[in-house]
Order: sequence, then structure tokens, then C-alpha cells
Amino acid sequence: MTHSDKPGKGGETPTDGVSRRDFLDEIAFSALGIAVIGSAVVTYRYLSPNVLFEPPTKFRAGSPDLYPLNTVTYLPEQQVYVVRTGEGFFAVSAVCTHLGCVTQWKPEADQIACPCHGSKFTRDGVKIEGPAPRPLPHFLITLTLDGELQVDKLETVKPSQVLKV
Amino acid sequence: MATTFQEALARLRETHVWKSIFRRGPARTNRTRSLAVFGNLFLHFLPVKVREKTLRVRATYYLGSISFLLFAILAITGVLLMFYYHPAVPQAYRDMKDLRFVVSNGVFLRNLHRLAAQLMVAAVFAHMFHVFYRGGYKPPHEFNWVVGVVLLLVTLFLSYTGYLLPWDQLAFWAITVGSNIISAMPFFGKYVRFQLLGGNVVGENALLRFYVLHCVVLPLIAVFFVAIHFWRVQKDGGLTVRNQDGRKEN
Repeated sequence: MTHSDKPGKGGETPTDGVSRRDFLDEIAFSALGIAVIGSAVVTYRYLSPNVLFEPPTKFRAGSPDLYPLNTVTYLPEQQVYVVRTGEGFFAVSAVCTHLGCVTQWKPEADQIACPCHGSKFTRDGVKIEGPAPRPLPHFLITLTLDGELQVDKLETVKPSQVLKV
Repeated sequence: MATTFQEALARLRETHVWKSIFRRGPARTNRTRSLAVFGNLFLHFLPVKVREKTLRVRATYYLGSISFLLFAILAITGVLLMFYYHPAVPQAYRDMKDLRFVVSNGVFLRNLHRLAAQLMVAAVFAHMFHVFYRGGYKPPHEFNWVVGVVLLLVTLFLSYTGYLLPWDQLAFWAITVGSNIISAMPFFGKYVRFQLLGGNVVGENALLRFYVLHCVVLPLIAVFFVAIHFWRVQKDGGLTVRNQDGRKEN
């Protein structure tokens, strides 16, 4: 750096009016800003767990013979109803679509009822009454190679899709 | 008796230790009284003098002071409860049961914490309504009104996070419902719920996160904003007392 590079000495400041001091300030504050945003992103990533010790979303529900014809069976571990009708098997979520309470199958009323806010559904998951905004979703139910039912809670299917065994 | 006590106090004030802490002699004049407030960390953000009419019951019903007193009770009882509580599944529920049935005076502290928490929500709301209907949010108090709104939200969030800690059925389903309400928020709802619970279901991670929020993060935020709130009352010129016809009475 020569003597004449110093601002205010001989008109060496650039023509757009940004002095060396302002330029360095901007660089420094930009670096600080990037560091702050970076730490926010890193902290967000840190707070999002990568490994979760939660019940698996895909599970085996045993042999089809366990489920008598025209019954609704509640699987408490998985919070799923396995329904067997004359047409076949389907799996309905037991988690209310309103605010996530676990519903109960009421065989005497032939209804699925939510204890929290009174939503009622048919065994197909269709809403009869209450605040629930959507019907209960149906999950993909398949047969494994060794002849057991398997439900995948991440795959929702159309209510018309029924597993024939 | 009183004279002996006063003599002892006077002698204490002459000691080197007393003078090193308080630096000033007895506050006998208005000037030294003001300096005593200015020079004290815990008092310096409070008004040095107040008008007598602002101390009348009908001026404030002491609702803000009651809220702060309840917060102090909650901080003390909360720290005491922490000595017996593990934020883990299923130990949390057992610890809560132990506090109720095994620990000496545990049931008293737990109930005090719970009742004070519920009263604090009520007191903060009452304080807010009172300030609103008295027009206390008007200039120059707008900023302090906003700080008050933040404190209301912190109070509600403290109440919500504390609700999970007993880890009973009521707590579990209340947080299940509450976190699903959060996920109804547009765009970010699902991410906020996931971060808050530390997962997709109310489980061990959720209990630990709520514990840290309830015992560390939110109390620190509350203390910070309470300090600003008190300081601003003084900086905005103290309480505005109104006549029966609603005019300012200064």
C-alpha cells in the first residue's frame, strides 16, 4: 500500500463513493451475518433428531385367520383397526383426524368414536358427526410371502382398496 | 429493646463490610434515598418515587405485582420440585407420585406450584384487561403494552410446557391435542410440531424438550422481559392515574 492509497489523501477513493472503511465494514458485517445465519441453520439441524425411537410405521399384524369375518380389531400398539368384511381386509387409522386423540371402536353402536371432542366414524372411517375435518385414512395392507398381514402406515390408500385373501 | 436493635444497626452501618456493600450512609434525605435506589441493581429499574395515588388499591388492584409475586412463588417452588424430578419416561410419573405421597411436604409444594401457575394465568389476564380498560396501552405506554403481550404469551407457554411434566394421561393427551393444534399453523406447522416434540409422537424427546423449555428457556425469557416491563413503567413516566371522568390526573 502506497501512501496515496489512504482515503482522503489525493482523491484515491473510488468514484461510486464507497470508502475503504465502508467497504471493510460491509465485508465484516456480511461475514457476521453469514455466520449468524449459519449458526441458526446448524442449530436447527442439531435440534432435529436423526434417529427416533418410535414405533415402526410398517408392521406385521399376524395371520388373517386371527380376524373373524365382519369384525373390527383394534391394535393398541400401532393405533390401527384391522377390519375384515365379506370383501376382504382393510386397515383404518385409529388416530382422530381432528386433533390426534385415539378413537375407540364401539361394537354396540357399530361406530368408531373419539373420546376427546365427540367425532364419530363408520367402520370404513367415514365421518358421521363431530369436528373431524377428514375421514379416517386407510393404510396399505398386504400379505407377506409367509402369509401374514402387513400394514404400512406411511402408505394411505383409497377406501375402495381391499385386500382379498 | 428497640433502642438496642437500633444501636446495633447503627454500629453495623459503621462497619467496613457494610460500607463496602452499600457505599452510602443512612438514607435520611430525599437525595440519599434516591441515590440508594439508583445504586442498587435490584431497585435501579424501579421508580425512585411514586405518587401516593398510584399506590391506591383502585389504581391497579396490584394485579401486576400479584402476577410477579406468583412468578416468584413459581420459581422457588419449581426449583424445589426439580430436586426430585427426572424428565424421563416413565420415571417422571413416578417422581410426581413420590412428590405427592412420599416426599415430606412434597404435596404442598406441588400443589402450591400448580395453583400458583393457574392463578398466574388468571392474574396476567386480569392485569391485561385492567390495563386495556383503563387505556394504559395508549402513548407513551405502547411499547410496554407490547412487552406485556409477550409476557402473556410466555406465561401461556410456560403453563403449556409445565402441563406435560407430570406425564399422566391428562398431560399426554393435552399435549397430543395441543401439538396437533400447532401443526394446523400454515406452512411451518408440521416442522414446528416436529421440533417441539423432537419427533412425530409425544414421547421421551418431547418430555425432555418441554422440561428444558419449562425450567430454563422460558423462565430466562420471562425474567428478561419482566425487567424491561418494570423499567419501562418508570421510563414512560409512571402509572397514569385517571379521574372518575376518565381524564388523566397527573
